[in-house]
Amino acid sequence: MGLALLVVIWLITLASTYFFVAKTWWLPVGASAATKFIDGQFALTFILMGIIFLAAQLSLGYFSWRYRERPSAPPVSYSHGNVKLEIIWTVLTTILFVGLNLMGSNVWASERFDPAPPGSVQVEVTGMQFAWYFRYPGPDGKYGATSVKLMDPSAGGEAAVGLNTSDPASKDDVVTGTMYLPVNREVDLSIRSVDVIHSFFVPSLRFKQDAVPGLDIHMHITPTQIGEYEIACAELCGLGHYKIHGMVHVVSQEDFDKWLAAREAEKQ
Amino acid sequence: MATSATTHAHAAPQGFIRKYIFSLDHKVIGIQYFFLALTAVWVGMFLSLLMRLHLYWPNAVLPLVGEIKPETYLSLLTMHGTIMIFFVLTTAPQGGFGNYFLPIQIGAPDMAFPVLNMLSFWTTFVAFVVMLSAFFVTGGAPLHGWTGYPPLSAVQQAGPGEGLGADLWIGSIAIFCIASLMGALNFLTTTLDMRAKGMTLMRMPLTCWSWFITAILGLLAFGVLLSAGILLLMDRNLGTSFYVPLVVVNGQIMGHKGGSPLLWQHLFWFFGHPEVYIAILPGMGVTSQILSTFSRKPIFGYKAMVYAMLAIGFLGFMVWGHHMFMSGMSPYSAFAFSILTMCIGVPSAIKTFNWLGTMLHGRIRFKTPMLYAIGFVSLFVSGGLSGPFLAQPVLDIQLHDTYFVVGHFHLIMGVAAIFGMFAATYYWVPKMFGRMMNEFWGRVHFFITLIGTYAIFMPMHYLGIAGGTRRYSQYTEVAYMQKLMPIHGFMTYAAIITIAAQFIFVINLFWSIFKGPKASDNPWEATTLEWTTATPPPHDNFGGVTPVVHNGPYEYGVPGAARDYVMQTDPAIGAAH
Repeated sequence: MGLALLVVIWLITLASTYFFVAKTWWLPVGASAATKFIDGQFALTFILMGIIFLAAQLSLGYFSWRYRERPSAPPVSYSHGNVKLEIIWTVLTTILFVGLNLMGSNVWASERFDPAPPGSVQVEVTGMQFAWYFRYPGPDGKYGATSVKLMDPSAGGEAAVGLNTSDPASKDDVVTGTMYLPVNREVDLSIRSVDVIHSFFVPSLRFKQDAVPGLDIHMHITPTQIGEYEIACAELCGLGHYKIHGMVHVVSQEDFDKWLAAREAEKQ
Repeated sequence: MATSATTHAHAAPQGFIRKYIFSLDHKVIGIQYFFLALTAVWVGMFLSLLMRLHLYWPNAVLPLVGEIKPETYLSLLTMHGTIMIFFVLTTAPQGGFGNYFLPIQIGAPDMAFPVLNMLSFWTTFVAFVVMLSAFFVTGGAPLHGWTGYPPLSAVQQAGPGEGLGADLWIGSIAIFCIASLMGALNFLTTTLDMRAKGMTLMRMPLTCWSWFITAILGLLAFGVLLSAGILLLMDRNLGTSFYVPLVVVNGQIMGHKGGSPLLWQHLFWFFGHPEVYIAILPGMGVTSQILSTFSRKPIFGYKAMVYAMLAIGFLGFMVWGHHMFMSGMSPYSAFAFSILTMCIGVPSAIKTFNWLGTMLHGRIRFKTPMLYAIGFVSLFVSGGLSGPFLAQPVLDIQLHDTYFVVGHFHLIMGVAAIFGMFAATYYWVPKMFGRMMNEFWGRVHFFITLIGTYAIFMPMHYLGIAGGTRRYSQYTEVAYMQKLMPIHGFMTYAAIITIAAQFIFVINLFWSIFKGPKASDNPWEATTLEWTTATPPPHDNFGGVTPVVHNGPYEYGVPGAARDYVMQTDPAIGAAH
C-alpha cells in the first residue's frame, strides 16, 4: 500500500509538473510594456512554488513507502517535535512569501498610482449587457457629457453610452464597437459600466480591470506590438457573459490617425 | 470545568420522534447534520456534472434536463457553489463530526445547550429546503454566482432567476447564518465550560481545537453576512440603494442612486474569506488526528499546530481584500491585503511541515482513513501553492477570475476539505454506527478519487494561465478559448469517472452501517476519549462515568509503555509536554 501511494503521488506530481514545464498551455504572447515584468514575476513564482511542490509531494510519497509498518521496522522515534526546526521553517517561508510579494508590487503600482503622462491616447471603455463600447474624445481632447437618461443600449454606438449631443465637447467624440490603439503610445483608459459589473480583460496586453457602475476607473497601458487581440469579460455579468467579446487592434500611429480621421469623417 | 457538566444531563428519550427527529442528543444531531450534508453533496455534485457536460458539449440535449441554456448554466453554477459551500463544507465537518465528537473528545455528556443544538440543525434544514425551492419558482434559480455581486444580484431585471429565485437564495443564506450563529455559540461554550477534569486546553485533540477556532470564525463571520444579506434584500424589494448606484439595465433606468457595489464585496468577503477556513480547519484537525494515530507517533509540534490554526483564524479576517484586487478598490489597500495574504501562507506551511514530520520515522498503518489523510496533505499542498500566485496583485492581472482561481479553491477548500470528511467518515463511522467500513472498497474509492480529482482540477490551472475565464457557459465565442476546449474535454471525462466512483462510497457506507463487521471499542488503537467508551457511545457518552484525563492526546510509541499507545485516561506517563 505504501508503494502504491508512492507511485500514484509521484506520477500525479510529475505529470502535473510536466505540463507546466512544457508550457503546453501557457500565457498568450504578450504585447504590452508590462508583459516583461509580469511574465518574469510569474516565472519566478513558478520556479519557487514548483520547488516546494516537488519537495513536499515527493517526500509525502517517499515517507508513505519508507515508513510503512513492517516487522523489520525500527520503533518509532518518540518525539513531540523540534522547536528549532519549526522556527527556521517559519522564518524561511516568511522571507520567501513576503519577499516575493514586495518584488511584484512595482508594475501594479505604476499602472495605478501614477496618472498617465500628458499627451497619452485617451480612450473610454464602457461595458454593458452584453457589449463593449470605446469612446475617443476627438481633436479637442475632451469627452462630451454623457447622461444615464439618454442611454439606449439597443440603439448601439453613441446612444448606448448616453452621449449628450447638445454638449459642444461631444461633437467630435467617436464611439466604436472595436478598439484601435497606436503602438508604443501610453494609453489613458477610463473604464466604466452602465449596468452591472463587467471586467475588461485583454490577456495579450496583460490587462484586466473591473468596470463598476458608478465608478470611473483610470488605468494606463502601453501596447508594444502591432496585432489584433481579443477582449474577454472577467466578471460574471449575466446570461451573455460568455459572448461579451471585442477586439483590440494595435496599429501604427499612422494607421491609427487614418482610422480615427475616417471615423470623424463618418460622423460629420 | 466539570462542575457544570452534570446540569446539562438529560434523560434518554423514549419515543421515536424525540429520539431520532427532534432529538436533543448531540450524537443524533451530528448524524442528522451528516446525512443532510450527504444529501446536499449529491445535489451539488449532480449540478457540477451537468455543468461539465454542458461545457464540453454546449449544444447537447441531455436526458431529463434537456438543453442547457446559458442562463441555466449560470443557475447551476450559482447553486452548485452555494450548496457546496454552505450545506456541505460548512455543515458536515463542523455540524456533523464536530457535533458528534467534540463533547465526547473533551469528556462531556452533551453540548452545552442541547435545545439550541437541535434548533440550529432544524434551522439549517429549513435553509436547505428554501435554497432548493429556488429551482422551482418562475425564472428559476439565480444566475449571479455564489458571490452574488450587485448590481447583478440586486436588480430583478438583470437576468432570468434574479426575481423570486434570488430572494429565496438570499433568504436561505440568511436563515443559514442564524443557524450557524447558534451552532457557533454552542461550540464555544461547550469547549470552554464542559471539559472533563484534566482536559486542559493544551491536552485537547487538535480536532477540538479546529472546531473551537472554526466556531470563533463562524461567530464573527456569519453575523456580517447576515447583515449584508438583509441589506441586499432591502435593495431588491424596498427600494434602498446600499449597493446599487444609478444604473440602466435593459434600457430602463433603475430607481437606485448612490449605492456602492464594492460595499457588498467588502462585506461579502469579510465573511467569505474566513468561510474558507471554516471549511478547511476541521479537515486540518482530523488530518492531524489520523496522521498521528496511523503513524503510531505523537503529532509533530502539537503547540505549533495550535498556534498555526490560531494564526490562520486571526489572519483569515484581514485578507478579504485579496478577492478584490481587480475591483477598483484603492490600490494602496491592495498592498496591505497582499502582504497579509502572503503571511497566511506561513502557518499553512508550518502545518504541512508538521504533518510530514509526523510521518517521518513512523510505522504507518495504511487503513482507509490514513489514505485519505495523506490525500488531504497532498491536495492541501497542491491547492495551497497556487495561493502565492493569486496573492500577488500583479499576477492577478492575468489570473483573477480565470480557471486558475477555480482550480486553486477547488483543490484547497473543496476537494481537500472533502478528503478531510472522507477521512473522518472512514475513521469515525465504526464509533458512530458500531460497524467497520469495508477496507477494500475504501481503497478503491480512495485511489480513483485521488487521481480523478487531480485530473479534474490540475488542468484548470493550465486553462487559467492561457486566459480561460471562469463562469463562461461555453467557450464558443472567443477564438483563443476555442483552442482550450480539449482541456475541458479531459476534465469532463475525468469528472464523469470520479463522480461515478462516489457510488462506491455511498454503497460502502450504507452497507457497512447495516451489515459491516462489528467494531470494537477502539479499533484503531487510538488514544482520545471517544475510544475509551462503548461503541456506539451510550446516551450520556460515558455510561455514568466522568472521564479524568491524565495525558496529552497523541501519546503513541511511548518508550517503556506496555503497548504502543497511552490513552488520555491512562495514568500519567510523567513526561512534561
